[in-house]
Formats: sequence, C-alpha cells, structure tokens
Amino acid sequence: MQALVIVAHGSHLNPDSSTPTYDHADAIRATGAFDEVREAFWKEEPSFREALRTVEAEEVYVVPLFISEGYFTEQVIPREMRLEEWDVADWGSEDGVSASSATYEAADVEKTIHYCGPVGTHEVMSDVIVRRAESVTGDPEVGAGFGLAIVGHGTERNENSAKAIHYHTERIREMGRFDQVEAVFMDEEPEVDDVTEFFDSEDIVVVPLFVADGFHTQEDIPEDMGLTDDFREGYPVPGEVDGHRIWYAGAVGTESLMADVVLERAAEAGADIGDARTRIEERSAPSVAGE
Amino acid sequence: MNDAQVEALVEAAEEGVEIDGLRIAQERSGYRFETPERTHEGLSGSELRTAAEESPWFVSNWHYWTHVVGGPESARHEYLRWVEGADDHAVPERYEALSTGLTREWGQLSITATLADDGVRRYDLRHVADGDRAEEDLETHVDPLDARRIATYDDDGRYRPLSTAPTLRTGWVYPDLDGRALVETVEFLYPATVENWNRERRGELDITHFRETAERQTGIYSIVEGLSVEELEAAAEACCVDSQCLKRRMWDEDEETPLDVPRGEEAFPCREPCSLLVTAARKFVTLGREETRSYEFELTPTEKEQIEGIIDAVADGRVGEIREADLNDGANRYRARYLRALRGGEHGLSNTPTYPEDHD
Repeated sequence: MQALVIVAHGSHLNPDSSTPTYDHADAIRATGAFDEVREAFWKEEPSFREALRTVEAEEVYVVPLFISEGYFTEQVIPREMRLEEWDVADWGSEDGVSASSATYEAADVEKTIHYCGPVGTHEVMSDVIVRRAESVTGDPEVGAGFGLAIVGHGTERNENSAKAIHYHTERIREMGRFDQVEAVFMDEEPEVDDVTEFFDSEDIVVVPLFVADGFHTQEDIPEDMGLTDDFREGYPVPGEVDGHRIWYAGAVGTESLMADVVLERAAEAGADIGDARTRIEERSAPSVAGE
Repeated sequence: MNDAQVEALVEAAEEGVEIDGLRIAQERSGYRFETPERTHEGLSGSELRTAAEESPWFVSNWHYWTHVVGGPESARHEYLRWVEGADDHAVPERYEALSTGLTREWGQLSITATLADDGVRRYDLRHVADGDRAEEDLETHVDPLDARRIATYDDDGRYRPLSTAPTLRTGWVYPDLDGRALVETVEFLYPATVENWNRERRGELDITHFRETAERQTGIYSIVEGLSVEELEAAAEACCVDSQCLKRRMWDEDEETPLDVPRGEEAFPCREPCSLLVTAARKFVTLGREETRSYEFELTPTEKEQIEGIIDAVADGRVGEIREADLNDGANRYRARYLRALRGGEHGLSNTPTYPEDHD
C-alpha cells in the first residue's frame, strides 16, 4: 500500500486557502494511483503533527504544496511530522531550487516516509505557469506579442522565495515562447507596482507564484498594479493600465495541472503512479476563458 | 449469510476461527464448532458446513469483520466495532438491535448501523440535531469527500477553522455508507479523532503537553513559551472547554501540572495543543506583557453590570440571539449604543483616556 499526503499551509481565517489542496488531491484520487490520498495543514486539520497516523499505508509520500525551499519545507514540516533524522543536506539542494526527496522513519508511526521537495521548485512548475497564461488568455498558443511577469512575495522571510521565481523566469525565457519574461515582487525591486514599465509588449500576462488565492493575490497585487482601485469591486481580465493590457491570472496554484507536479514529485521519490500523469494532463487540458 | 460465506468459513476452519463467541478448531476427532448456544464436536467438513448454516448470524458476523472490514488491528476496524458495541453485546443481541438500527454519537455526529443482506453493515451518518428528521428533508450525500465542505461553514455561514468546534452545520445526511466510507467521512469531519481514540484505548496515546509544544515552536510562535500557567489556564478555559471544542483535553501544562479546567466529556481525545490554541497563546503572551493600571470610571451600578453582561454575551456567543427590541438585555444593541452615546466620549468610556500621560 502507498499513500500520498499533500501538505499545505491552510488558514484559520480564509476558507479558500485549502481549496487548491483539496482540488489537486481529488484529481490525484481520481487517477487511483495511490491507495490513500490525504491533505494536511499547518493551520487546519489534520495537522502536520497528526497526518501520518491518518493513513493505513506503510509507504507514505509527503509532497509540500509550497512554493519555495525554506522555513516551512526545511524546518516546520519535518519537525512537526517527527522526521527526526531529517537533514536538509539529504535533499541535495545547494542552490535552493533543486530539492529532490529523502526517506525517513517518523517517530510516531511505523511507516516509511518519503519526504519530497516543494512543488514550487520542480521544473514542471514552469509548464504550469505557462498553462496558467494559456488559461487566462484563453489561447493555447499564447506567447508571441505577449510579455509574462511572474510575481513572487519577495525576500521578507526567505531568500529562497526569490530563487524559485528567478528559476522559472529563466526557464520560461529559454523556451523563447514569450516576447519577454520578467520576475517581479511584492516587497522588493523590481516591484509588481511598476510592472508595465518593464515590458515593451502591449499585452502582459501576470502570474503570481502563490499556492492559493488570498489577500495577496486577490487584494494587494490587483491594487498595486492599478488594475482596480478597490479589490472588492474585482478587476477586469484583461485590464488596461498605462497603455498595456494586463491579463492577471491569480494564484498559479489553482491551475489544475499543479496536480501533475505533485505526482511528479512523488514518482521521483519512488511512488508507482502508473499512467496517472497522463490522466491528469488529459483532465487539465487548457480551458478557454469565457467558456 | 450466503453460501460463499459458509464456504469461506469452512476454508478458514483449518486455521481456527475465534470471534464474538464463535469458535471453530480442528481437533484430532474432527472439527469443533462452538457458539454460546451450542457446541458440536468431531465434525466432518460437510457436518461443519451444516452446523455453520444453523448459526447464520455467527457466520455472517465472522465474514463481515474478517472479510469485509478486514485490517484487524486498524483504527478503522476497532472504530466500526465500537459503533455497534461489538465488544459489549453478544451476536444475537446485536443482530436484533442492528435490524432496527443501532445508534452511537461521536461529537455532534450520529451514526446508525443497520444490517443489509448477508450481515453486511450499512451506516447512516448525520448531525445529532437531525436525528429524527426524514432523509428526504435533508441534503443527501454519498461521497466522503463532500464532508470537507460540510465542515467548512457553520449554520450561519461562518468559516469553521476548528473542525471539532461544536458548530458543525446541520441539514445533511449520508444515508447509506459502507464501513470504510463511514470512517473516511468521520475523519474528514473530525480529522485524526478515530486514530487518536484508538491509540488511547490501547493505552498508546502520545500526549504532548503545552510546555513541550511551546518549546518546539519557532518563528513568530517562539514567544508562546512565555505563557504563565495562570495564563495557560485562562487560555484553555477560553478555547478548549466543550462549549468551544469537543475534543477531550488530555494535555496539561506538563506531565506534573494539571490545569484546573474541565477536560470535556467526548470519546475522542485532544493529544496536543492545536494550531489555533498556539496562535491564540501567541496573542495572549503579547497581551500579558502590558502592566495593569488603575482607571476611574463614573458608571451607575446597572451600567457596570451591563458592561459585564456584554462581555458575557460575546464570550458565550449569545449576541446573535438577543432580540432586536429586548431592551431589558444589557447586551441588546440599542442598550449598548445608548451606553456609548451617554458614557462614551472622545477618550472612550467615561471619557477617561487610556494613556492619561499623553493628555497632560
């Protein structure tokens, strides 16, 4: 028996915070690749502390639905899950974006725990960002004539947070698909407030590298960019700012292809997932805006 | 009971069978078949089959627990046995009760086990407050995954960050779950309660007391270590009693220092301060850093009691129940507004500044 445990932040205040976690878990459940799939949260239940005991399988793949390697993935999750032998060096990520997986015993259960790197620094995440751009524009070929801005939180608590943004910015730039690809941040330069200054193209797709929609992605960023004066009134897609058309995508973590990254993380850690990735890819084929 | 169950039992007899009063053993003279009502010895294979057919409830009971439920050591297995009181009631008595439905409560959940064909159990799961309501008056669910959304909001549409708060919404029913789906659904409504309950009854509950939890915290929560035992008691009184959370609190300040706060009455234990308590504790520590001061207010005795009544109304979650025109209730909105208009001032209550030194 093998189980997948998807761990995410969750919220005491915002009921939508856990929605992407549930959605991706359900997509993976539907593939039947795992005997059990369970969600666990820092702020909701089951807690990281008690998640492992809620599955019966002996082999457990733990995939953090977090954007970067840092405080949560390197300290909080292993500590709370009682992976006592945890050593961040076991992930072999010296550059902060190359975490793989490592295998441990947990102190409170008799199971083998495969602790995977966060979804946010996996290379497939670049494809999810591109897919998000396709979804928001309704154009599966979007690229030519478009700029792409990837928005990160910034360095406030964790320097690796910016590394994940730069990593995907560079990878998507190398695809040569968009006219221009730039990283912007909420609390450091270059700031998302000035996003239109960084692009020559009239159309700019803006994708925040966040797991869930919340006040950062639904309130701060739309207001900071000048898409709306008051988030409560919503924002247009696309919206006109300084002579540019801004296609604001909302949190990348809500894109259904994210489930593919979760599966990939588990598969790389040794999970037998059969053809589940193909099934996720079929299920999450690009949707067209307005349909 | 059906033929396949009898065949499976005869096959299992070689290894020996023992469950809920049914015992089958292979002896030198043949099979020994025993129930509380009758014992047969020296049976051939076909005689064993006949004996089994004469005790159909025992056969289907054996089959249900070993073949349908399985996982004999699992929390799921133990929980399903608890639901029908399998360790306390003999098979005939239980089957009689199951034929009309055997109901157990788990927090705000009401679980009714019944018998379907061939002794297979089916379970009806609903809110205790909906115990007597007809199925067609309730929103019907089949998929355990729906339970996450049932648990998200209370009856007033407010977000429930704590799944075991006694605010589970009403008006829904899972009328026909199998055992595995029942446990899954319960675990979505009240995560980890089944597993922790099972650990406790086996004497293996791993309790983490407050000091240990506090010491482990990092980042913005590292300050919760600073909570005094008096403050911790107030915090548990505020957040952990049955009116706020149904889990039975098993942790204390530390192993030697029990908190003088009721633990709660429910079957399922709380083995460690939860994230909500830790978050609250962080706030309480910062509140505790302030020194008390003396203030002087001019209030009538009734106004003093009114303010205390307003605190009670908020603390007891009674504000929404106070009738619009009930002017006899001090926490009534008109009464509170009148107090503010009469006694409030630029500097707040009784126009007494919070920081008088700023106004000298």
